[in-house]
Amino acid sequence: MRDLEIKGMVSAHAIIASSIFVATVMPLFFVDNFSIYGTHLTWLYSVSGSVSVVNITVFWLLGISPPTKKHTLSYKVSRAVRSCLYFILSCLLFHAVVVLYGAPLLESALETFSLAVLLSSLTTLRCLCVLGPSVQAWIRVFSRDGAMSVWDTSLQITTACSVIGAWLGAFPIPLDWDRPWQVWPISCSLGATLGFLTGLVIAPAWIHWHRKQLTYKSK
Amino acid sequence: MKIRSSVFASLCLIFEIFGIALFLRGFFPVPVKSSFSSKSKLSDLPAEPLTGNSPNSSKVPTSLFRRVVIVVIDALREDFVFGPRGRQYMPYTRNLVERGSSLSFVAKARPPTVTMPRIKALTTGSIPGFIDVVMNLNSPALQEDNIIWQAKAAGKRIIFYGDDTWVRLFPKHFMEYDGTTSFFVSDYTEVDNNVTRHLDSTLKRDDWDILILHYLGLDHIGHLSGPHSSLVGPKLLEMDHILKRIHASLISRETEGSLPNLLVLCGDHGMSETGSHGGSSEPEISTPLVLISPAFKRKAGMETPSTVEQVDLVPTLALGLGLPISQNSVGRLIQPVFQGTSLRDQLRFLHLNGFQLSCLLKDSMPAFEKEEGYEQFRVAEKSHGSWMKLYLEGNTSEVLNNMGRKVLKQYLEALQAMSAALSKQLGKYDIYSMVVGMVLVLQVLLLLLIAMPEALSSSAEVELPLASALLSLPFYLLCLLCCSVHVLVCTSAEGSCYLCSLSWGLVLVATAFSCALLCMLLSLANQKMSPGSRPTGKSSGDSCFSELDVLLLIGTVGHVISLGSSSFIEEEHQTWYFLLNTLCLAVFQDVCRKYFQERRGTGDEGSYLPSMEGPSASLSPVGELSVGAGSEKWLALATPLLTLACCRLLRSLNQTGVQWAHLPDLGHWLNSQEHKAELSLLAAASLVLMFFLVQRRCSLVSKIALALGLLGVYSYRAAVGNVLFPWQPKEGRDLSKGTVEARFVYIFVLGILFTGAKDLLRSQVISADARLKSRGLWEVYSGVVLLCALVLRPHNLPVLACCLLIQTAMAQFIWKELQYDAAQTTIMHYWFGQAFFYFQGNSNNIATVDISAGFVGLESYVEIPAVFLTAFSTYAGPLLWACHLVCYLTSERHSRSAASLGHGCYCFALLRSVPVVAYILLITALRYHLFIWSVFSPKLLYEAMHMLVTAIVCIFFTAMDQNHTTRS
Repeated sequence: MRDLEIKGMVSAHAIIASSIFVATVMPLFFVDNFSIYGTHLTWLYSVSGSVSVVNITVFWLLGISPPTKKHTLSYKVSRAVRSCLYFILSCLLFHAVVVLYGAPLLESALETFSLAVLLSSLTTLRCLCVLGPSVQAWIRVFSRDGAMSVWDTSLQITTACSVIGAWLGAFPIPLDWDRPWQVWPISCSLGATLGFLTGLVIAPAWIHWHRKQLTYKSK
Repeated sequence: MKIRSSVFASLCLIFEIFGIALFLRGFFPVPVKSSFSSKSKLSDLPAEPLTGNSPNSSKVPTSLFRRVVIVVIDALREDFVFGPRGRQYMPYTRNLVERGSSLSFVAKARPPTVTMPRIKALTTGSIPGFIDVVMNLNSPALQEDNIIWQAKAAGKRIIFYGDDTWVRLFPKHFMEYDGTTSFFVSDYTEVDNNVTRHLDSTLKRDDWDILILHYLGLDHIGHLSGPHSSLVGPKLLEMDHILKRIHASLISRETEGSLPNLLVLCGDHGMSETGSHGGSSEPEISTPLVLISPAFKRKAGMETPSTVEQVDLVPTLALGLGLPISQNSVGRLIQPVFQGTSLRDQLRFLHLNGFQLSCLLKDSMPAFEKEEGYEQFRVAEKSHGSWMKLYLEGNTSEVLNNMGRKVLKQYLEALQAMSAALSKQLGKYDIYSMVVGMVLVLQVLLLLLIAMPEALSSSAEVELPLASALLSLPFYLLCLLCCSVHVLVCTSAEGSCYLCSLSWGLVLVATAFSCALLCMLLSLANQKMSPGSRPTGKSSGDSCFSELDVLLLIGTVGHVISLGSSSFIEEEHQTWYFLLNTLCLAVFQDVCRKYFQERRGTGDEGSYLPSMEGPSASLSPVGELSVGAGSEKWLALATPLLTLACCRLLRSLNQTGVQWAHLPDLGHWLNSQEHKAELSLLAAASLVLMFFLVQRRCSLVSKIALALGLLGVYSYRAAVGNVLFPWQPKEGRDLSKGTVEARFVYIFVLGILFTGAKDLLRSQVISADARLKSRGLWEVYSGVVLLCALVLRPHNLPVLACCLLIQTAMAQFIWKELQYDAAQTTIMHYWFGQAFFYFQGNSNNIATVDISAGFVGLESYVEIPAVFLTAFSTYAGPLLWACHLVCYLTSERHSRSAASLGHGCYCFALLRSVPVVAYILLITALRYHLFIWSVFSPKLLYEAMHMLVTAIVCIFFTAMDQNHTTRS
């Protein structure tokens, strides 16, 4: 049972990770002078878009989204609307946090917001896919010993890795090396993406390693 | 010997201060100075060398120039004149350089490329060491032998217009002067017009010999908007026009038969690509030096200017004006200037320069005779003598001429070698003192670390095996070994060691102490390593860390590691802001976890809240804000967010560091003349907020004193013209120094401190009243706050208000409620203190020290109070947080373990020692780094000073801890 889940997770993560690579490579054919540093925002939106689409598809196909009580259309629509609302709110929240961390308030607001969008699509979107738009469930998963399935654990790991990656990505900014990747917000978004990829690799490995100790209590 | 951990920490810090002082003494080279404090005199000049015993002429060299005009343009970079922009914006000067009778050079300035040391270099010819800059931040009169003094002594009349640093350095030397202050960096037209307005009348007159002009505008433009700003071009054109006027006037007054005039154009330092200066990058040290005089040959076209040292101007000017070269000058004369004179005079000038350098070499180096340059000079002098003999005999053959050329060449080589040797002397470290200091500091740190489990145990006492260490055999053996090493080093070293010059008794005591420390360390380590004697409390220490602990640990270690990079030192404020933000978010997460998990209703957690409410509510001091349990939750949730918002606001108040220092900030906006009303409002609001936050735990008397004191602060700021009084007439009130108002505030500060001290004493001697004690402490704290409010600039008052706000909110809703232990609270206080140090606008650069704080309430410069006030205002942030920590831990100790004060003190000492020791090790390893003088050394001084402040705070801690134990 557990092994099957882990295998499923590995393949899902592999698909998501490859989508990031595709999103990095594909624009080469469509956009002139595409490079990660030069046209950073294009790359950023391409990555966040592809990660969003792939995440939604994979989790929908796998069917691990929380069971919906009602199957009426209006309920589904309201869920979708609430999910969108949560996503936008999380973008704004990330933007606020980044500004609190010292990003300029007015100038390069677009760059800051793009970083917030990337972070949201790496973290919040997965939460929405796995847990649905319910704050209660989110608090449960992110409090100590709150995971109730392997997917919850993987969610914890990838989210933490993305955020820590972005956090670490801020460190090279004050260095006086004058490299292209030190420009705001390139190092942070690269850090977040790399952190996310690391999280995708670590999560199944960690779960596999600890599969004996992991016990999930049911609801 | 068993001592409490607070005493242990204080002792460790005191010993570390000794170690650091020793290290600093070895690290900062003592400037090369002649041993005679007198100035050179014309009568002391050596005669022309001559072999044989015919009467040799000791004729004083005559001056080559009648009048000299020196135009110093602050931050004039070499490419502003010699580069493509010079062609565009300085057409007249460029034309003179290319075709006129002029000589042009690129003069290399030595770091620190700051105006004051550069002016010193340009007048004394010595290279001011880094320590010299720090010691003379207030630039009192220059005592060293210098060319201005020499010129005045020779009866030359000197006129000066420009930067008032000159006026402060040479208070009585100028016949006429007008100093412009470089205080307002945003002004770049007035400062220069104030210089130029005197020009016309002065140039018409005939009653002067030397005219010095120092223009500041270009430097201000650089600081404002960098070297590529559109403002630079017009400024250069203006300077070019001024040069044209001076040159035209000098030419028109040139008379037949008299000596020619000389016009010197130079920059004191350059400008980096961001427009700042102070460091040692190529654009900062390259300045143009253009000498214009009819005495020089006309040139045919542009040739690349050769490179000279900035200090070379001093002997050149001195000899050109017929003055003796100042004693400490390490410069060598610029030979092309004397090309026009006869060979005999040229040799004479070179001989004088060489003689002066050799005298300086004799004084500063014990082994001067082995120096290559000195030997060369001796040889050259000898051949000069034989040349003179032939010359006086009337020999005028080609052979004699060739021989003269050879002597000239010998002299030039000797000068170069001697000058290089002297300059090298300036960059020499006293490695022995450095190593001894480092070993001492390292031992103390290891001792602190090894004693950690005991110091943080519930009894907070440390067992030091002092007696057994002193009576052991290894101790005596080590002492012997160290003494013999000392003798060996001191007898073999050729350089000057500070330690070797100390008296024997002192060295012996130090050696014995260091050995005892080592023995103690070894026996303690032995105790810890041996398996049986492991303390039983160990297992509880191994319990897993929370996320917050991990963050605190990683942050502290990460900061220490980041000190290895010069960029991270320049931008250290970013590190602290970043860590502080993360800390606030982590605390926020802790708060969320506590309150939201509670809502889910797991039984035990719900029950502990009311049980905690009981004692803390009954024991808390008078005047705590009373809030309901429901609103408390939301207040606790809001506190980290409020802190985050405050930090974000404060970091945009003062931009510091290097890379982003040029960005506009709120502080500049508030300080500009148009926004005085806003600044007044903000200052008043901050003062009112401060009053409300501080007064609630004071006695009635201190409350009144505090209110009056804060009013006094405002009226002081209004008197000196920083802020507006609402009923003050708009114009017609001249600004005073505000001495009366400031002294009024000082009286209240002393009054509050006295009341607090009285309460403290009473709580100790008469009644064992914990409440009285915590009130006394709080009063001392509010006295410190009041003094801070007085000395900080008005735009920094919000920093103070936010500091108090955060402290109040954190103490009330976070530290107490979430039950953080003493170590965690201490680390958080330390982080906040560090961040507030930078919020105030400080940086790791000496230039940001606010010296104006030293003049608050003083009529004139008085050294001790000025130094104290400057240090106090610089370290206001860390000091306030440390004082708050003492207050907080004392008021908390009854609800928690009694040892918290000792734990806090120990942690505080450890937190300070670790970065200092790591930094000392680092700086020793990086001592030949390019940025050693511009980045690493100022930071070292800051660290040392911070150590001193921490030691004082820790002694205060110990005193508070003492009271407790004697009472109970």
